[in-house]
Amino acid sequence: MIRRGQLLVTFLVGAAIAALYFIPHYRAQALNSKLLEWTLIVYAFALILGSMSLWNSHTKKVRNRVEGWGYSLVTLSSLVVITVLGIWKGVGEGTPVGTIYDTVNSPLASTMFSLLAFVIASAAFRAFRARSVEATLLLITAIVMMVGRVSIGPIISPHLPGITEWLLDVPNLAAKRAIALGVGLGAVSTALKIILGIEQSYLGKS
Amino acid sequence: MTWMKRLLAIDRRIIFLLVATGVVLPLLHPLNLPVTVTPRVKAAFEAIDALPAGSKVLISMDYEPDIMAELQPMSIAVMRHCFRKHLQVIAMTLYPAGTGLGERAVTLAAKAEGAVKNKDYVWLGYKSGFQAVMIGIGENLRGMYPVDFYGTRLDDIPMMRGVNSYRQMAMVVNLSGSSAADYWIQFAQGRFHAPLVLGCTAVMATDYYPYLSSRQVLGLIGGMKGAAEYEALIDTIGDARRGMDAQSLVHLIVVALVIVGNGALFLSRRAGEAGGPAAGSMVR
Repeated sequence: MIRRGQLLVTFLVGAAIAALYFIPHYRAQALNSKLLEWTLIVYAFALILGSMSLWNSHTKKVRNRVEGWGYSLVTLSSLVVITVLGIWKGVGEGTPVGTIYDTVNSPLASTMFSLLAFVIASAAFRAFRARSVEATLLLITAIVMMVGRVSIGPIISPHLPGITEWLLDVPNLAAKRAIALGVGLGAVSTALKIILGIEQSYLGKS
Repeated sequence: MTWMKRLLAIDRRIIFLLVATGVVLPLLHPLNLPVTVTPRVKAAFEAIDALPAGSKVLISMDYEPDIMAELQPMSIAVMRHCFRKHLQVIAMTLYPAGTGLGERAVTLAAKAEGAVKNKDYVWLGYKSGFQAVMIGIGENLRGMYPVDFYGTRLDDIPMMRGVNSYRQMAMVVNLSGSSAADYWIQFAQGRFHAPLVLGCTAVMATDYYPYLSSRQVLGLIGGMKGAAEYEALIDTIGDARRGMDAQSLVHLIVVALVIVGNGALFLSRRAGEAGGPAAGSMVR
């Protein structure tokens, strides 16, 4: 009975939202706006739920002293400190949260991402091998793109930017269009399966 | 072990050192390599440049510090261009950790061009929910943002009077490092027909070429290279143009490493020695 109710709500809301997209009448649009406001409330609750889940997961690790529990303690302390400071002093520039963001969060996140350059360089040297025709084609294309797309490319050869533009505009665009069409049709099909109750994995049914 | 095999088994720390040198040297001693402008970035520049003074431009900076090297210079360059053209900027972010970056970008651009808060720009800050916010702006901006980031009611901000949806905005610019760009295309452009310019990371840029050729996106600024091109178009030297020297050198180092690796493998095979690791394997 409960499952039928869930499927009915999914069908009604899914069908209504799909239909409202095409109905310009002001009442239909007002209903659409109301549904959107509900979405925002759901998002807000998801944020609370996420924070609670983070808290529960890490307090358990600290309590049971599992391996790496110190990191969990840092996560929990950060969560508490930032939340309290944010509510107390605000989050704009010049506030304690702003300073922590500028001096800790920003450099740490950038550093983590920057490490990719080093790892990719090492991996490219060891794993990017011309072992087959396909791999050789990929290798040549990658080299042309890497050199042609940076400022030094035209200095090495004035033809490189033109070649990279052709690669991007012709083979790349054709492949991207095919993928986009496939993904779009797949998304419509999945949405229909959910609305019509054929796909029920979101209710915990495999 | 022959020299070829030794080369194939080179310590990764040597590679790291090479890359670090390639990054640091051009930053200490700029090479000032020329920047050639591609048609996509020029299209983005021209779309903004053609707007009449006083037009409202919504700029959503949907990224966090991890990709700030690519997108922050882009945001600053685009906003500086807007302020120079006397366009009024409505800035926002859909990422919680993007709030600080967005605020800094709009403040820096405003300071550089002498723009004034609430007269030339407004900073709306962060709002959760990608699609809901985009559709909400199209229907009732004040429903989504009754106040700006600093708590000032939008009705009390001079430049926001009469602005309540995409209809009053001449253009939407999305600078994004995620799927937010897809939603801006679907909703702001597809549903509300707002003229849209995109800026994204280099790795994402090719995903949006189809939208460019269908004119759903008027211009595309891709990665640090795109940001450097935009800086060149507005005739400024910012972090992107400075960073392009380092990126050029690192790309050359990686290409040289790949060529050397393949050459050594080829020669060692000819000499009848065992090859390196399998293709695609991640040897540390």
